[in-house]
Amino acid sequence: QGALSSCLRKPRRDPPSFFPAVSQASLVRLHHRFRALDSNKKGYLCRMDLQQIGALAVNPLGDRIIDSFFPDGSHSVDFRGFARVLAHFRPVEDEGTGTWDPEEPEPLNSRMNKLRFAFQLYDLDRDGKISRHEMLQVLRLMVGVQVTEEQLESIADRTVQEADEDGDGAVSFLEFAKTLEKMNIEQKMSIRILK
Amino acid sequence: MEGADLAGKILSTWLTVVIGLILLPSAFGVSLGISELYMKILVKTLEWAALRIEKGVPKESVLKNSAPVGIIQRDESPMEKGLSGLRGSGFELSDVFYFSKKGLEAIVEDEVTQRFSSEELVSWNLLTRTNVNFQYISLRLTMVWVLGVIVRYCVLLPLRVTLAFIGVSFLVIGTTLVGQLPDSSFKNWLSELVHLTCCRICVRALSGVIRYHKRQYRPQKGGICVANHTSPLDVFILATDGCYTMVGQANGGLMGIIQRAMVKACPHIWFERSEIKDRHLVTKRLREHIADKKKLPILIFPEGTCINNTSVMMFKKGSFEIGGTIHPVAIKYNPQFGDVFWNSGKYSMVNYLLRIMTSWGIVCDVWYLPPMTRQEGEDAVRFANRVKSAIAVQGGLTELSWDGDLKRAKVKDIFKEEQQKNYSKMIAGNGSLN
Repeated sequence: QGALSSCLRKPRRDPPSFFPAVSQASLVRLHHRFRALDSNKKGYLCRMDLQQIGALAVNPLGDRIIDSFFPDGSHSVDFRGFARVLAHFRPVEDEGTGTWDPEEPEPLNSRMNKLRFAFQLYDLDRDGKISRHEMLQVLRLMVGVQVTEEQLESIADRTVQEADEDGDGAVSFLEFAKTLEKMNIEQKMSIRILK
Repeated sequence: MEGADLAGKILSTWLTVVIGLILLPSAFGVSLGISELYMKILVKTLEWAALRIEKGVPKESVLKNSAPVGIIQRDESPMEKGLSGLRGSGFELSDVFYFSKKGLEAIVEDEVTQRFSSEELVSWNLLTRTNVNFQYISLRLTMVWVLGVIVRYCVLLPLRVTLAFIGVSFLVIGTTLVGQLPDSSFKNWLSELVHLTCCRICVRALSGVIRYHKRQYRPQKGGICVANHTSPLDVFILATDGCYTMVGQANGGLMGIIQRAMVKACPHIWFERSEIKDRHLVTKRLREHIADKKKLPILIFPEGTCINNTSVMMFKKGSFEIGGTIHPVAIKYNPQFGDVFWNSGKYSMVNYLLRIMTSWGIVCDVWYLPPMTRQEGEDAVRFANRVKSAIAVQGGLTELSWDGDLKRAKVKDIFKEEQQKNYSKMIAGNGSLN
């Protein structure tokens, strides 16, 4: 019978090993987690699977974080996409400056890519700029009904003005990165997976 | 003719064995030790299997159980500390880092979703359904596994189904007969006997080996017994050692027949679906029940849903508002012999019963805890948490304050609002509403 032979063979569904940015052991753990979250054993995750996580649902930016798994309006994310997002949060090993091969694509957990991840949490329409309107919407997500509209507008205005250098009324990615150049991104946006 | 003769002989021997070795001892509360012997043999076999597996598996592919420590390094500092850094007192673009990190941490690992799937075993217990990571080791192990399948499906399953059938019919018939008698202490004694016998038969039907601890604290009449909930079998486990008044929803179908029969002999509390919504009505009925000191203790599961027996989730405060003495009970199953957790979303009742009946058996510990009452100035929620802690500590379970309803429903918005409130205070200071 199929069940008999399959359960006596090696464990099914070996996780694909294609990510240099994530170690093999971590990848196995993430694959375990992916399977655990995939409630109907579909082989991919949908929005609802992520919304079921209590600690994520109470996070004010929960919806934006879930959106980052479904770029380009897709409705499902496979393990590759799942690990891709999580790879942004891998701690940056101190390899010394300038030792990585400039021919190779930048690793997903580099400082720039971590910043890009944070940027796209604000950039709702993915046009490469955070407009005042988008800033207002994200602020509204974070404070709920606790702050008045006028106050929120003034906070949004101030923030955009401070960051905006070329005066186009919106914050581009480079302006965003410049504002945060002194911030210790590596520590604030890293999750260390224990072996 | 000969075939029918033979079949008749087999059937009658079968029935004699069943009656002689199982039914009669159950009626008198005597144990012949057959289940215990079976368990001893089983434990020896599983230990042998575990040794073989350990020898056979290469070291790298063994995945350790991740439950107690957690797989990511967490920084549990509160929001104020997590958001600090190069910031003034207002909003900063970098605030989003804190929330995104917390969110991604929850995606990698959260303490709730893992409670709604069965506990991972440390070593395989020769059941296909728990075979998650285990590979082919040797021919001998496979042979033992095949033998196990034959024993479970061809010997144990028919026996258990027969017993369950007998047990349930006896319950229905027995309680209906007892219900005909006029109210008297004899009637109560008889109804207790019927309930106890049926539960014992059913527990034996599942090869249950139950150890009761601290029996001096058994729930008394006029009290409320609360316990952690893992499966519908919890009721049978507890009812084998004492008589309780059941509380629940009146169902239709087979369950409805059983419920209606039971209530004739002994005043169980069944609510109609419409009545359950009215909390005052429910509290009133329960209060009336415990006020009568001659009535049996009420059995309630305050979690409201089945959890996988590794943790205790939020106790709903309704049961703790009634008053009276609470008798906490902790139930811990040994997952090595069979997975008892019922995920009602995933498996139907019939499927679940089938899985239970084809497991090795049920081994559990029951601890009776000293009675507790609500103290002066303590509100129902605090009292509920106190009882929950006592049960968690005794049973060796993790304590969680999440609501068990998270299995089915999304988390309530009020928790998100709390986080939003906290954050608003930080960025808007005095100007925020409230």
